[in-house]
Parts: sequence; C-alpha cells; structure tokens
Amino acid sequence: MSAPASAPESVFGRLEPRLASVSKPIQYVGGELNSTVKDWDCAPEGETVHWALMYPDAYEVGLPNQGVQILYEVLNERDWIVAERTYAVWPDMERVMRAGDAAGPIPQFTVDAHRPVRAFDLFGFSFSTELGYTNMLNAVDLAGIPLHAADRGEDDPIVLAGGHAAFNPEPIAAFIDAAVLGDGEEVVLAISEVVREWKQEKNGPGGSAMTRDELLRRLAVSGGVYVPRFYDVVYAEDGTIEAVVPNRPGIPFRVRKHTLMDLDAWPYPSKPLVPLAETVHERYSVEIFRGCTRGCRFCQAGMITRPVRERSIRTIGDMVENGIRKSGFEEVGLLSLSSADHTEIGEVAKDLADRYEGSNVSLSLPSTRVDAFNITLANEFSRNGRRSGLTFAPEGGSERMRRVINKMVTEEDLIRTVATAYSHGWRQVKLYFMCGLPTETDEDVLAIAELAKQVIAKGREVSGRNDIRCTVSIGGFVPKAHTPFQWAGQLDHETTDERLKKLRDTVREDKRFGRAIGFRYHDGKPGTIEGLLSRGDRRVGAIIEQVWRDGGRFDGWSEHFSYERWVASAETGLAGTGVDLDWFTTREREYDEVLPWDHLDSGLDKDWLWADWEDALAAAEGSDIEVEDCRWTPCYDCGVCPVMGTEIQIGPTGQRLLPLSVV
Amino acid sequence: MRDQPEQQAPPVQRLRIRYAKRGRLRFTSHRDFSRAFERAIFRARVPMAYSSGFNPHPRISYAGAAPTGSASEAEYLEIGLAETRDPASVRAALEEALPDGLDVVEVVEAAGGSLADLLEASHWLLDLEVDPQVAEPAVAAFLAADAAPVQRMTKKGLREFDCRAAVVALAAVPHGAGTRLDLVLRHAVPSVRPDDVLAGLASVASLEIPGAPLLTRLAQGPLDPVTGQIGDPLRG
Repeated sequence: MSAPASAPESVFGRLEPRLASVSKPIQYVGGELNSTVKDWDCAPEGETVHWALMYPDAYEVGLPNQGVQILYEVLNERDWIVAERTYAVWPDMERVMRAGDAAGPIPQFTVDAHRPVRAFDLFGFSFSTELGYTNMLNAVDLAGIPLHAADRGEDDPIVLAGGHAAFNPEPIAAFIDAAVLGDGEEVVLAISEVVREWKQEKNGPGGSAMTRDELLRRLAVSGGVYVPRFYDVVYAEDGTIEAVVPNRPGIPFRVRKHTLMDLDAWPYPSKPLVPLAETVHERYSVEIFRGCTRGCRFCQAGMITRPVRERSIRTIGDMVENGIRKSGFEEVGLLSLSSADHTEIGEVAKDLADRYEGSNVSLSLPSTRVDAFNITLANEFSRNGRRSGLTFAPEGGSERMRRVINKMVTEEDLIRTVATAYSHGWRQVKLYFMCGLPTETDEDVLAIAELAKQVIAKGREVSGRNDIRCTVSIGGFVPKAHTPFQWAGQLDHETTDERLKKLRDTVREDKRFGRAIGFRYHDGKPGTIEGLLSRGDRRVGAIIEQVWRDGGRFDGWSEHFSYERWVASAETGLAGTGVDLDWFTTREREYDEVLPWDHLDSGLDKDWLWADWEDALAAAEGSDIEVEDCRWTPCYDCGVCPVMGTEIQIGPTGQRLLPLSVV
Repeated sequence: MRDQPEQQAPPVQRLRIRYAKRGRLRFTSHRDFSRAFERAIFRARVPMAYSSGFNPHPRISYAGAAPTGSASEAEYLEIGLAETRDPASVRAALEEALPDGLDVVEVVEAAGGSLADLLEASHWLLDLEVDPQVAEPAVAAFLAADAAPVQRMTKKGLREFDCRAAVVALAAVPHGAGTRLDLVLRHAVPSVRPDDVLAGLASVASLEIPGAPLLTRLAQGPLDPVTGQIGDPLRG
C-alpha cells in the first residue's frame, strides 16, 4: 500500500471501445457537474491519502446517495486527500470487464478518474441496506483484491464498511478490514490522519514495522474503528454466542458510534453532484435534522442516530439556495426521519415558499407523520397549484398494533388528517404500513382494509367527488439490531404472503371502495434474507460468499434476487454449525442471549431496550404505555446522551429567512 | 372542478444553439442531454418562456440528435425566451453551466422558419481500425451498388431498409494505421445513421469492422443539391 512512484493509469482507454456494447454507458464515464478530479499525489507535502468510496448498488441508485456525496466532498476539501467514487457495475459490464483485453481483465474502477480501485489506500462502502453485501464482494473481487481480509497483502486497500448496516457488520466480518458506526464526517478525516502518518513512517527509518496489521491496530485502539479480526467469537453448545473478546492487548472491548454535533458547521453537500444519467432522485436534498426520538420500536434509523440535532432555519435556507444554484435542480427535498418535527418547520416552509413563489422551484417534505399540521405544510409547499398526492405512514393497521410499535396515531387522527387533505384539493393519499410486526394477527392486517375504506368514504364526503384514491403500500417488517425488536421472531414469509393475500382479497371484494384503493406490496422472501443478514453473526458470511460465487448480485432488485439461491447457500454455508436460516430469522431471542452486535456500542442501554420490548408486549395485551418523544418531554433514559457525551440540539432560533435579492 | 391553468405568453425571442458532444460525454443519450440542458438553463438563469398547461415546460425544441456514443460538433436546438437577451451572454452563461464535454459552440437569434427543416443532411467522420487497402475497394463497391439493404432493431421491432440512397458522398482515406470514412448522409425517412452505412459496407462489400468505431458528426444543415455541400443552418 505504499504510494506508487507515479499515479495509477486510467483504465478509460481500455473501457472506451467497449462502452458502446453495454447498457446506459453514461453511468460509467463520470464527468458529473461538481465532481472532483485531483492529481494522484496532490498533497503539498508528505503523503497523499487515497479513498475509493462505493455505494454498492447501481449508479442510478448510488449517485444520489447523500452519505457518499457528503464524504466525497469533505474528504476532497483536504488538499492531501483524493476521494473518488465507484458503483456496482451491471452484469453486462461485469462480463465485459472480466473478459478484458490483451492486458487482462479490466478492474473495478472509479468513475472520476477511472483509476483502478486497488491502487487506493482505503476502499470504503456505505451500506444503507444489507442487500448490498453481494455487490461488495463482487466489487472487491473485480478490483483484484482478495475476498477475505485475512488473505490481503501490503498492497491491498483497507476495506471499510459504514452506513446503517455497519451497526451489525458481523455477517461481512470476514470480508472487511474495518467498520465504522455512526456519522462519517469527522471519523473519515480521523482515519485519513492515521493513514497519512502511517504512510509517512513507512517511508522513514523503521518503515518495515509499518505493516497492514499495524495500521489496523492503530485504527482499532482508538475505540472508534471496529476491526473484526481483533475479536474472537466463541459459540456455545446451543449455537448461541458465548462471548466476543479482543484477542490482543490494547483493543477495547466495545467500539463506539460517532455522532456529529453542530450540523450548522457541516452544511454538506454544498457541491451537489449532478449526473447526466437518469437517477432515482433528481433533486437537491437538505437534511434538516439528524436523529429521531419518536421511539418507534421497529425503526433502526431512529434508534441508532440519536440524539436529535437540528440544522437552523438560516442554514437550511442557505443550503437550499446554494444547492439549487449549483446544481440546477428545481426540486428540493427537506429530509430527515420525521421532517415535520423540526422546531421551526412552519417558518421554514412558509419562508421558502415565499422565496421561491412564482418560480418553478418546488419543495417536498418526505417522512411526515399523520397530523393535520402536515396538511398546512403541504399546502405551503404546493402553492403553485399541484396537489397530486400525500403520503402518511401509520405503519400499523390496528390501534393495538400501533401501540405495540409505539406509533401513537388514533383512527380519528388519521381520518381527520385525510379529511383536511381532501378538502384542500388533494386527490390521492398514500398510506404506508408494515406486515409481520410482533404479536400481529390476521385481524391486525385486515384492519388496514377498513382504514383505507374509511379514508375513501371520508374523502368522497368532504370533496363531493368520486375520483378520490388511496394507495396502500405495505412492506414486510424486518427486525433490526439495536432496536427494542432485536429480540423478536420474524414472521415467516409464508404467513406474510398469506396475510397480504387475505388483505388484497378483502379490498378487491369491496364493491363500493375496492376500485378506489390501490394495493402495493412485495412478497415476503426478500425480507427473510434481509432478516438473516440484519441479525446474523459471522457464520452468515459463508452464505453470502456462496451466494456471490453462485452468481448472486443486486439482491435489492427483484429481477436479480433469488430466494432459492439464498436458501440453498444457507444450507451449505451453515452445514455443521447446528444453526439454520430459521434460527437467525423466525426465532425469538431471550434476555440473556449474547447478540452478535453487543460489543458494538450505539449508546442505547441494552436494559432500556429490553424494557421497551417488554412494554411492547404488554401493550399488545392492552396495557396503556406510551414512550413520549424526549425532544419535547423529559429524558426517558435510553442511554445515548450520557454514554456518548452528546445532547439534543434543537431550536427555535427565532430567526426568519429574508427574501433573496435578484442578482 | 379544477381551474384551467394560466395561459403562458408566447416567447419574445427565439435563440438557436449549436453545441458539441465531445470526449467521454459522447455517451450521453439524448434524454440525458435534455435533462442536463434544462438544469443548465436554470443555473444560467436564462429567462425561459414556458408552455401552457398543468405542467409547464420550458420552450426547447431539439432537432436531429446524434445517436448515443457518437461524438458531434454540430448539434442544434432552439429555445424560446420570455425576455430578450444578448445571444453572446446566453452562450457564455450556458457554457459555464454545462459540464465539460457538452459545449455550447454558437448562439444566434433565430431567423424564422423551422430549424428541423434546415437540417437536411449531415457530414460524418467514421474512424475504423481497418487497413485502407481493404476499405477503399469496399467503399467503391458500396457506391457502385444500387441499394444496400440493412437491418436495425427499432422500437417497432427489427426493420429492413436501404441505406444506399441516403449516402450523398462516401470516401475512404488513411488515418493513422486505420481508415477514416468521410460521409455525407441525407436525412431521410426512415433515417439512415452512420452505423447503418457501416452495416451496409458489411452486407454489400463484406467489410469486417472490428471494435467500436468512433463516429463524429462535423456538420449538419441544408444540402446544396448541386455541389453536395452542407450549409450553415444558423445563417441562411
């Protein structure tokens, strides 16, 4: 991994004659507006640190990813760091690359300068979902890097995982050198410093001691970077984990997550990437706050990103104006886990709508809760007249179910909210639910149909029209690490599919409302595999590898996903372990079981999580327990702030946005 | 009942734009380009006129886009503005707002008439990894033929059509170790593309063309029926 004497050669010349033969070649050429290409040895003095950042999905999904864009920009702002991006190549391109040319296979490359990924010091993956694991293996292999971390040599990059899935990286422990939990902005710079220092020492006297192992040791002793190889996992007779312990001195027992405080000081992305290719999100997004404390028990994002940290109204206003001017996007999304909860969201909505009134700039607010206030916001955001659809997420069909998940929305709330929406000219409401939640019965799922019918009835009543629509969208619930439902048994995919079929039949049979209700769902099989990967331990790695060897790629895409391949690979991969696919998915865990991610510290107190799980089960039996939001009510002792040394950062600031003067 | 959308005023100025697709951005498809261009006019703050309707669109007319993967020095479009602007300043602003490789070459006030009607023919250069000694007789055989039937997959399925009649001129010259074909193509229906002519060379003269030839459009415009020369569609 020592710096080569000269920059690695671009592979573009080898790629170019073949691009006409692959689908959508524009995704492989780079050249996006606001992208950065730097000299390989750009550091004014000393060593340059090289990062290849990958979102392990197709370019059209990966390019808009906020996390990668932020880190790409933060890293490239340093004059001694080069950061470039790479994405998963489609199977047609993979065939072209493996077939190669006279010089051999064409390796995994970055889209910025088309440099081979293996030439970089660090190969960082951002995992929003576990279904990207086979794409990681493919990219590592295409790059010419040994698949197993244990087989990598001094010239191979450090393979690093981040993103939400990295809160339980055990299933990919054999393939990564390190993982990082939490917000990436500061830790990528800290890691870069360690790598730079190590590279500099490597060139000096005693450089031979600066091995790959030594670099990983330096990263691990900080307590902020997880290096799986420095921990041994011991299994008990019954197949559960007996202990996870460091296997060398100086390695901490637990690894901490990272939390960025003062988001106003980090207004990224400030140079949004604008692709030429069509991508899944064609808009500029501003994260208006990070973290969520609503306490929905199924929501991993809400649990692992605590505490709430808001961006101020001024920063939001500046980011929106800068973002649309630099990108040319006319659509702006205000992102967060529950956007209407921002302390000054009303002012943000009104002031932005005022600023851009009469222009074609449109604003959207995804992830809002079910209450009438959101209609006021939505009205602000649609002043120029387009009121096509509104989305709400009650998540549970019955009130009992909503108590279990701690998403306290009453039926009256929901009906009142949609009535307001329909009376303000909205014609379509989309409702999002989950199937397979703990303690769920057929009746809970069938309650979704009743709710949808009432929504249509109310809509027809208040609008006096018949063209009212309601789309019901259903996702399968997957229990995730670091949540109160981490102990829950996952519903098997057969029962999931049966329940969804009953629901669909009930909706279709209804003569008055059936045609006004749209129904969207996926079968339960991908959820079972996501469940395996979410709560799996190191033994699951063999399954992932087998699936990849068998041709598994793009598991998040229904046309590429093969359940049969995963089931067959689980049988061979887990042979002799005494555990199987069901053991990882449908089995309910006990209080004293060591969970594979217990040594990874999200700040959440495990006893608090367990108490919350017990509260959920009590709520299922009818007890009236609600965990309120600590943003508005006193601390409920989840443990994050004292353990992590963080605090809630919210407004109101009392400030307003001024009209922009036209240049 | 829903209100009718506001009627938009007609454009007060029409500008015609010549742009180039160069280097790696030759892999930009026409759809990709149109999205990038719409963002660029917003970034450049060009005061666009919009179409009427529930979903107003900026007034942009594209004409005769080159196929994905081919480079071009001569692509054209026309935009309608709500306020008058100096064409040179629009050119500078758009050049700044578009990524390198999608380059605005020229902006002029529209002369009237239809831009698409002015684009009667194209001048192409086709760079092949073929020995000129092999290419030259193949070109001669192609030109001597009355017709050159070729097939291409279209949206309506596999179609067979003649590619010979659209060829106004074709010549092979040595270019490095290979051959450069100099081609003038009349825009016809069904449209004949330069890769169709390569297919025609294969079918009529059994010319084998390895790899992916680089295709570059040099000019597009009115065709002089006497000289076979292509004129400038922005002056005429």
